Amino acid sequence: MSRESALVDADWVAEHLDDPKVVLVEVDEDTSAYDKGHIKGAIKLDWTTDLQDQVRRDFVNKDQFSALLSERGVSNDDTVVLYGGNNNWFAAYAYWYFKLYGHEDVKLLDGGRKKWELDSRELTEDATTREATTYTAKEQDHSIRAFRDEVVAAIGVQNLVDVRSPDEYAGRLMAPAHLPQEQAQRAGHIPTAASVPWSKAANDDGTFKSDDELQKIYSEAGVDWNKDTIAYCRIGERSSHTWFVLKELLGQQNVKNYDGSWTEYGSLVGVPVALGDERGEA
Amino acid sequence: MCGATTGGVSLEGVNVAKESVIQGIVTRDDEPVGNAYVRLLDRTGEFTAEVPTSVTGHFRFFASPGEWTLRTLAPKADPVDRTVVAQQGSVAEVTVAI
Repeated sequence: MSRESALVDADWVAEHLDDPKVVLVEVDEDTSAYDKGHIKGAIKLDWTTDLQDQVRRDFVNKDQFSALLSERGVSNDDTVVLYGGNNNWFAAYAYWYFKLYGHEDVKLLDGGRKKWELDSRELTEDATTREATTYTAKEQDHSIRAFRDEVVAAIGVQNLVDVRSPDEYAGRLMAPAHLPQEQAQRAGHIPTAASVPWSKAANDDGTFKSDDELQKIYSEAGVDWNKDTIAYCRIGERSSHTWFVLKELLGQQNVKNYDGSWTEYGSLVGVPVALGDERGEA
Repeated sequence: MCGATTGGVSLEGVNVAKESVIQGIVTRDDEPVGNAYVRLLDRTGEFTAEVPTSVTGHFRFFASPGEWTLRTLAPKADPVDRTVVAQQGSVAEVTVAI
């Protein structure tokens, strides 16, 4: 993977608006954003209902994901281009999710919905209809998904990258500051995790910084490029953004996203937790 | 929107006593701007959160006590920075003119 194959800009999208093999998919934290206007021809995926099991805490399974994409009119050989609000947090999460289920050709729109809006490009409220397909998802690729036991085992061994804001890392906030803070778990971070807020990888308009800038940011934060890496945040969406940077833009091997993230880790009994701005000891 | 309270969306259901709320409105020529983005930067200038404004131009953050910077981005406007102090149990109101 590389920047050229994983990322497209707004001009590329504008040129492919009528290409039937290119499927634009909007995924937002605010799941009502699409309904107030979206890029022409884009379909919507709702991360809370379409991508999450509605009973236990997990993703929809392979058959459910296959049924979802079949119903929305996505084929296995389509080019899926994801975009969304919040600097592409949830679009990056969906990108990772499509990769988890083995979709070949997935791309992210650089800057997402914000850049598109700030550039005064057109949004429409017209409904998108695509003919149903027969989509077949692959088995989950666990080489890009980390589970809690391997996260605990990675303390002091692998790169752990905490991509939340500095105040969440230190334990001064429990959630991003646009959300109410009251929650049950302990605050803090996984000992030895480097603090590299996801936002360091993005410009103000939501586009990604250059490869050279990105390399420098993670190197200076102490990421050892010879080690495997696990990224985490609160619920796994911002860390998808960083996973995208490390794996897809910089081509780093063996990068996993820990989707359980702090809401799981910070509720585990008996695991070590570090408080404050320092990394803490293994 | 008719009857919008100062700060916009109702705080009903939020325990304000435990929160350090920063909220306000973005305006251009005294009219609310519904397609702006407000970024919350911490005391070191590090990004902490971002919200799009509502149709009534309103935004809100649940911060922690201390000094913060609001950076507002909008189409066809230069970014505008405003500093604000948040306190637990109170609501800091900010009007950003672009």
